Amino acid sequence: MSDSSTPGHAATSPRTGSSVLRQIVGGDVVISFLAVVIALAIGGVLIAFADEQVATTVSYVFARPSDFLAASWEAVSEAYKALFRGAVFDYEADTLNRKVRPLTESMTFAIPLILAGLGIAVGFRAGLFNIGAQGQIIVGGILAAYVGFAFDLPPVVHLLLCILGGALGGAFWGFIPGILKARTGANEVIVTIMLNWIAVSLIAYVLTLGRFNASGTGLRSPQIDSSAAYPPLIPDALFPGNTFRLHWGFVVAILATIFVWWLLDRSTIGFEIRAAGANPHAARTAGMSVGRITVLTMVIAGALAGLAATSQVLVGGGSLTAGVAATYGFDAITVALLGRSRPLGTFLAGLLFGAFQAGGTLMQSVTPTPIDIVFVVQSVIVLLIAAPPLVRAIFRLPDPDAPPRASRAATKEAAA
Amino acid sequence: MTTPVVPVTAGTPVDDLPTGGPVLGRISYRIPVIYAVLAAVSLLGLAGTLFRRDGVWGQSTEFQSRYGDQWFTIPNFSVPSLLSIIVLTVLMAGAAVYAYVLTAARRTVPVWLHIVVGLSFVVAFLTWAGAGKTSVIPVTSLLAGALALSVPLIFGAMSGVVCERSGIINIAIEGQLLFGAFAAAVVASLATQPYLGLVAAPIAGALVGALLAWFAVRYHVNQIIIGVVLNTLVLGLTSFFFSTLLADNRETWNARQPLGIIEIPLLSQIPIVGPVLFRQTILVYLMYATVIILQVMLFRSRWGLRTRAVGEHPKAADTVGIHVNKRRVWNSILGGAIAGLGGAFFTIGSGLAFGREMSAGNGFIALAAMILGRWNPTGALVAALLFGFSKNLGNVLGTIGSPMPSQILAMLPYVITIFAVAGLVGRVRAPAAEGVPYTK
Repeated sequence: MSDSSTPGHAATSPRTGSSVLRQIVGGDVVISFLAVVIALAIGGVLIAFADEQVATTVSYVFARPSDFLAASWEAVSEAYKALFRGAVFDYEADTLNRKVRPLTESMTFAIPLILAGLGIAVGFRAGLFNIGAQGQIIVGGILAAYVGFAFDLPPVVHLLLCILGGALGGAFWGFIPGILKARTGANEVIVTIMLNWIAVSLIAYVLTLGRFNASGTGLRSPQIDSSAAYPPLIPDALFPGNTFRLHWGFVVAILATIFVWWLLDRSTIGFEIRAAGANPHAARTAGMSVGRITVLTMVIAGALAGLAATSQVLVGGGSLTAGVAATYGFDAITVALLGRSRPLGTFLAGLLFGAFQAGGTLMQSVTPTPIDIVFVVQSVIVLLIAAPPLVRAIFRLPDPDAPPRASRAATKEAAA
Repeated sequence: MTTPVVPVTAGTPVDDLPTGGPVLGRISYRIPVIYAVLAAVSLLGLAGTLFRRDGVWGQSTEFQSRYGDQWFTIPNFSVPSLLSIIVLTVLMAGAAVYAYVLTAARRTVPVWLHIVVGLSFVVAFLTWAGAGKTSVIPVTSLLAGALALSVPLIFGAMSGVVCERSGIINIAIEGQLLFGAFAAAVVASLATQPYLGLVAAPIAGALVGALLAWFAVRYHVNQIIIGVVLNTLVLGLTSFFFSTLLADNRETWNARQPLGIIEIPLLSQIPIVGPVLFRQTILVYLMYATVIILQVMLFRSRWGLRTRAVGEHPKAADTVGIHVNKRRVWNSILGGAIAGLGGAFFTIGSGLAFGREMSAGNGFIALAAMILGRWNPTGALVAALLFGFSKNLGNVLGTIGSPMPSQILAMLPYVITIFAVAGLVGRVRAPAAEGVPYTK
């Protein structure tokens, strides 16, 4: 893959101080907001298109257009209301616990997305396209679960060892493409894709083995010990009688975000990672070992993805199943892209996608709209944010980086 | 042939350095080593495990070539297992020695030797897997299944070649395959005419290719980003329609419309390979044509020269008057259309209705095949066939029962690909301007 176009390297072009308003109107925040608006609008069109009520009214749309519009509005608004109720605040619920629970659900869904997304972001910064988060999550999950059910240890130590196990498992699965790339030049995209598939077979095989297969079905490992589970983040003392699933894994995600920020922006290794990503030839000329950086980056990326697995396995009554990684490994790529490979950006993008997941789950159960619409909305958002000129063209916004019109006219005159 | 190395110390005058004779690079013994490893695996792994069984010399493996109706068929035949493996091992060891001699003399190892060693190892493996079993090894259906698994991969890899040779990274092959499969199924079902689906599939793929080109060329967005996002977009769209429109009215929207099998007279009567290659749907014949045309066009035509120029050195191409971005857009659309056609194989080509996430990662494997084949149509074809064969080998061995657990067999094609990428191919060189947007 090409090295010169590493994702997440926004050009830091000089900006004139005179056009603060143009910055705000045409800048990143507004673009991001408008991208979400457009994506939701496109999603709305699709929801209306697939709705049966709308389909019946469209047959006489010229006779009574109001019916068609009402039916469309009904379908779209019901879906998006459910999305909001599932993701942020359920205003229709009767107890405070159930009203607030959606927000904590969104945060719970966000944990693996943030952690795996951070792993992919670190890879991007080094110019490595690591598609292997899926496999790294699976292998991390196998190790975390094994430590979780096979050993009998005191509470805090047990949990920490399980987390370490998860990180090591992921790191090992990241090490393979790293060392192959460094030693033989094997393309990391191919190797990580293949390792994803190998991990899928591996977990199916592991689940049929001895201690993993106590139930004899080959589908589910024994439950992890309660001492190995993340405790709930919001204890009963703070919020009596809550049913939140949110656990200390969220703190791990926050700590990992801070760690990645420190690693990339404050440490020597991070500088080398970014240098190798921006221009490997220059980095090599400057005396850095690009091979060593490649291996190290992949190990860190794998460890972060392995941590993502712990949030799935190390919960009360949790166990290892073949579906431990769900689609988090692939969603994490989009999360990292949306977050522009920056730690904070990835964290926020993970929260947004977690909210979509939680909201989509409720939407699917109470309205006819399936959760798949969430993928469409998510991908349109990322596409649009990646192409700010397109969003500006749609809304006829000024370009903050272009010279103001008056001076542009002046240069034209001067040229003539 | 190597020149003696004289250690150069600080005091050595420059004149004392060895002169004369060409400066030669270090000899890489990679190929003989790989051959030797295969021979060793065959001897220790295959023959070795058989030795431990009782009455091993009496055990035999039965092969079957019969597949459908043919004028004449080779009857099932059986070979003594251990003896055959030993003979094949000797053959591989001999090839390793011959390859060593050739490499040491700085000559290239001929292609036929690769084929001999590869075939020997596969036959030895099959003989081992079927040793002493009552079930037969179905050779022809093994090959037919391998081809079927390879068809979408080959189309996808060709799409990758067309795009990447012009400098556009096409990660969206997966999405193009999936959208092609979707469009083919829906249009064929609505029109109750499978051949109309064959028209719709490339259009759908081209649409994804056009989006890729639009964002990559017009807005200079990183091509890997667009590719990944387009995959998610297509997955979301098709799954959404699958669980709404298609599920609500299955008979109209998503009925099975298989393409008919066209048998080529005479050619399809050849034993073993005949029915595999020449008793297929029109889609497979289109695949043969695509590979041949692309191989010729890419290296023998004006279009091919321009495509490669744009992908290697766009500035030079622009200087001689080639429209770089226009060429990239059209190649991207063409590539999308090819992958879309390949997607049709999942639905109308296999006589299935559309299913959620039907492409199942084939686009990425096609990408791997393209890189393994070093951005060449024929190379990509061989890589895709290798993958399809090893995948089907796992399937067939799983059903006839082999000494290995099925989950380990399922890893086979992916492990082989990693070995191929890391061991055989090593550092491949992509088109120089790949992924770099062109601005004047």
